[in-house]
Amino acid sequence: MKDASDITLTKPQILVELGRVLPTNCIIEDEETLRPYECDGLSVYCEMPLVVVIPETVQQLQAVVRLCHQHAIPLVARGAGTGLCAGAMPHAQGVVVSLARFNRIIDIDEDARTARVQPGVRNLAISEAVGEFGLYYAPDPSSQIACTIGGNVAENSGGVHCLKYGLTVHNVLAFDMLTAEGDLVTIGHQGLDGAGFDLLALLIGSEGMLGIVTEITVKLLPRPEVAQVVMAAFDDVEKAANAVADIIGAGIIPGGLEMMDSHAIRAAEEYCHAGYPIDAEALLLCEIDGTLEEVQEHILRVENLFRQLGAIAVRTSNNEEERMLLWKGRKSAFPAVGRISPDYYCMDGTIPRSQLSNVLKRMNEMSEQYGLRVANVFHAGDGNLHPLILFDANVPGELEKTEEFGGKILELCVEVGGCITGEHGVGVEKLRQMHAQFNDEELSQFHRIKEAFDPKGILNPGKGIPVLKRCQEYRSIEAAK
Amino acid sequence: MNKDISSELVDQVSAAKSTLQPLNIVGGGSKEFLGRVSEGQPLHMREHCGIVDYSPSELVMTARAGTPLVDLIDLLDQHHQMLAFEPPLYNGQATLGGTLATNSSGPSRPWRGAVRDSVLGIRLINGEGQHLRFGGVVMKNVAGYDLSRFQAGAMGSLGVITEVSFKVLPKPATEKTLTFELSQADAIQKLTQWQKQPKPISAAVWVDGVLSIRLSGAQRAVDGTSRQWGGELMDEKEATLFWESIREQTHRFFHDSRPLWRFSVKSSLAATGDDAMVDWGGAIRWVRREASLPNMVQQAIPMEGQVSLYRNGDREAEVFAPLPTPMKQLHQQIKRAMDPYGIFNPGRLYSWL
Ligand SMILES: Cc1cc2nc3c(=O)[nH]c(=O)nc-3n(C[C@H](O)[C@H](O)[C@H](O)COP(=O)(O)OP(=O)(O)OC[C@H]3O[C@@H](n4cnc5c(N)ncnc54)[C@H](O)[C@@H]3O)c2cc1C
Repeated sequence: MKDASDITLTKPQILVELGRVLPTNCIIEDEETLRPYECDGLSVYCEMPLVVVIPETVQQLQAVVRLCHQHAIPLVARGAGTGLCAGAMPHAQGVVVSLARFNRIIDIDEDARTARVQPGVRNLAISEAVGEFGLYYAPDPSSQIACTIGGNVAENSGGVHCLKYGLTVHNVLAFDMLTAEGDLVTIGHQGLDGAGFDLLALLIGSEGMLGIVTEITVKLLPRPEVAQVVMAAFDDVEKAANAVADIIGAGIIPGGLEMMDSHAIRAAEEYCHAGYPIDAEALLLCEIDGTLEEVQEHILRVENLFRQLGAIAVRTSNNEEERMLLWKGRKSAFPAVGRISPDYYCMDGTIPRSQLSNVLKRMNEMSEQYGLRVANVFHAGDGNLHPLILFDANVPGELEKTEEFGGKILELCVEVGGCITGEHGVGVEKLRQMHAQFNDEELSQFHRIKEAFDPKGILNPGKGIPVLKRCQEYRSIEAAK
Repeated sequence: MNKDISSELVDQVSAAKSTLQPLNIVGGGSKEFLGRVSEGQPLHMREHCGIVDYSPSELVMTARAGTPLVDLIDLLDQHHQMLAFEPPLYNGQATLGGTLATNSSGPSRPWRGAVRDSVLGIRLINGEGQHLRFGGVVMKNVAGYDLSRFQAGAMGSLGVITEVSFKVLPKPATEKTLTFELSQADAIQKLTQWQKQPKPISAAVWVDGVLSIRLSGAQRAVDGTSRQWGGELMDEKEATLFWESIREQTHRFFHDSRPLWRFSVKSSLAATGDDAMVDWGGAIRWVRREASLPNMVQQAIPMEGQVSLYRNGDREAEVFAPLPTPMKQLHQQIKRAMDPYGIFNPGRLYSWL
């Protein structure tokens, strides 16, 4: 497998070539303007690119891809750069292609309930644009104000409402993609399934390593008549964790079911005064949406269930204002936690729901062992944990300790039957944990898939799938410990 | 029945690899009519069966590929849960593996997703005879490429699926079916309007001048919507039989020896002729007609859809919509990546694959 390391052109030569296919205002090459592109949302991994290009048309983008393919120049696509796995981190010898100018909503088909959008359109902008038709785009990552739909496709992003409405892969009908060779292909179509392999399934979540997405048709859903959220506070994390399994087991699929632990509750409450009880050990937010009748019926059942399961406080939103306020605390939990610690590191493992209390307990033990606090705020309904490890990067060695602790959490997720990443992706960050989830034969199968799409290895090289030799090294380090 | 014959399956694949013997993967044999005829030595999956794991409160089940769907449904029934994708059972013959390989999903598909949408993970034997595991048993998993959902519709051409983990759903508290006598054009117009509303639809079919809509969910939600929309209420027993006849394709519409064409289109597409049947709320149009694939492909172009020859007709010719050259190349490269010796169901999906 090539790693695009046999690059033949120098930076000035690349600039000359790019200048042939792009207007100068689409090319960035000076250090100062390149700087903001050196990392994505996970800023502990940085690399300066040779060049950043910001094409305006698919033809220009296609020409850039062809050029990079011809000369085996590494090419990293970039949406809004909110990714949390260093997936959009540049390659030192490569080109970053920013899709920022592909920001148009091309068409809204109200009757078919679809929207055709360019990849640089922000997630939330879609729901805003189709709101007047009573429709919305369901996957709602917490970063939805900023992140792009192209990035969402690349990461198969989820959000609070994915428990009921699915991930990106369940809500995209089709997209156009430039292959590594620069061919423009259409994957999927207007119907619900199509001829040949289900390439949508394979490509969504492939982290920009198999192609560059240039246009996307998303499915839209009718906005539910009503949504109400029940907040339940518990004096014990285990009780809250069990309540999650019980709600689902009772045959109710909430629109969202989120959990926060005491660190997160207190930080969020201080930050935005959502009315969370700050003495609680755990908090659940359970949103029920649907028709008026259905919501009434289910809200009652959920409230009763929470009480039976020992909630110390149960509160239900009575209007949109109250609902938004209860969610505000959850949605701003990351920045809120950011205020109680100089730095935090967000992890992203998924586990079976039945393991929630076990894993939270073991994480607390590890937290003591490492001497680092952990705040938890996560998608409990689908078992998707987001432990936030609090640390101070200015204390020598603390980042390394944090990374080791984080790695251990992910390995724990695998051990209890889960996975190392639920929605943030592998990128550079979790390469090392891939060997905990996959064996060498599985990893080589991934490499062969990559080669099928990108034989020269130019698209986002070095991300997603670890080189096998590395894995063996990691394993022997682990074994020696 | 509960039996793990995966090591024998691996041996058979390894043997086929060394002799370059094409294999024809057979589950219950219920979907032989689908895809192109494929020659090859049968690789029987039926004995590789049994439910490996099921935890109702996780809403997740794992079973071996040869397990008949009816066995899964029996167990799910006891816990008031169901397969979201409402697959055809074909007289109890349909197996889990075959259902995934053909992505075979029933009337609820537009609202509850296809098989591929329920799949969380698989085990699969690739063309090298390696028994691999992809995905998992949890709801969200983006580590590595998603080779689990990718099996949906590949007709077994990428490997031998040996085990599938999938999510299941609680059964709705109530179901009601409403019928309306309408022309196809009017039915599509109504469906288009109604699907824009957040109402608990779980199936919608138009055939023989009648639009049938199934509502599923909380009692009060179903009652409320049915009052609002009117129509005739179908008797409960009759409704069960009706939806079964759609799911299993035993409805009299399907009693026909002419080639059966399946148009996958956007749901709001205008009417396609009164001799067609409309399923999936408009997203599938079934047409019975003596015609060739190229001819039908021409018809699908203005419909912005895709057509395939679903049943009957010439199954030695192509049956799925042709792919543009770069897509065809991608398919061939992916096939080689998973099945380098071309032993799995050669030609079943396309003559060149
Ligand atoms: C505060 C915060 C909260 C978050 N919450 C969530 C959450 O709830 N759920 C969730 O899933 N994620 C969440 N994220 C992570 C992140 O927002 C998502 O991964 C998002 O999808 C990234 O989109 P982006 O446009 O920023 O992509 P980028 O970070 O720019 O890129 C992400 C990856 O996509 C690739 N890429 C981008 N555009 C394209 C394209 N057009 N074609 C091919 N590849 C492309 C890049 O190469 C890279 O590998 C959160 C991040 C932050 C900072």
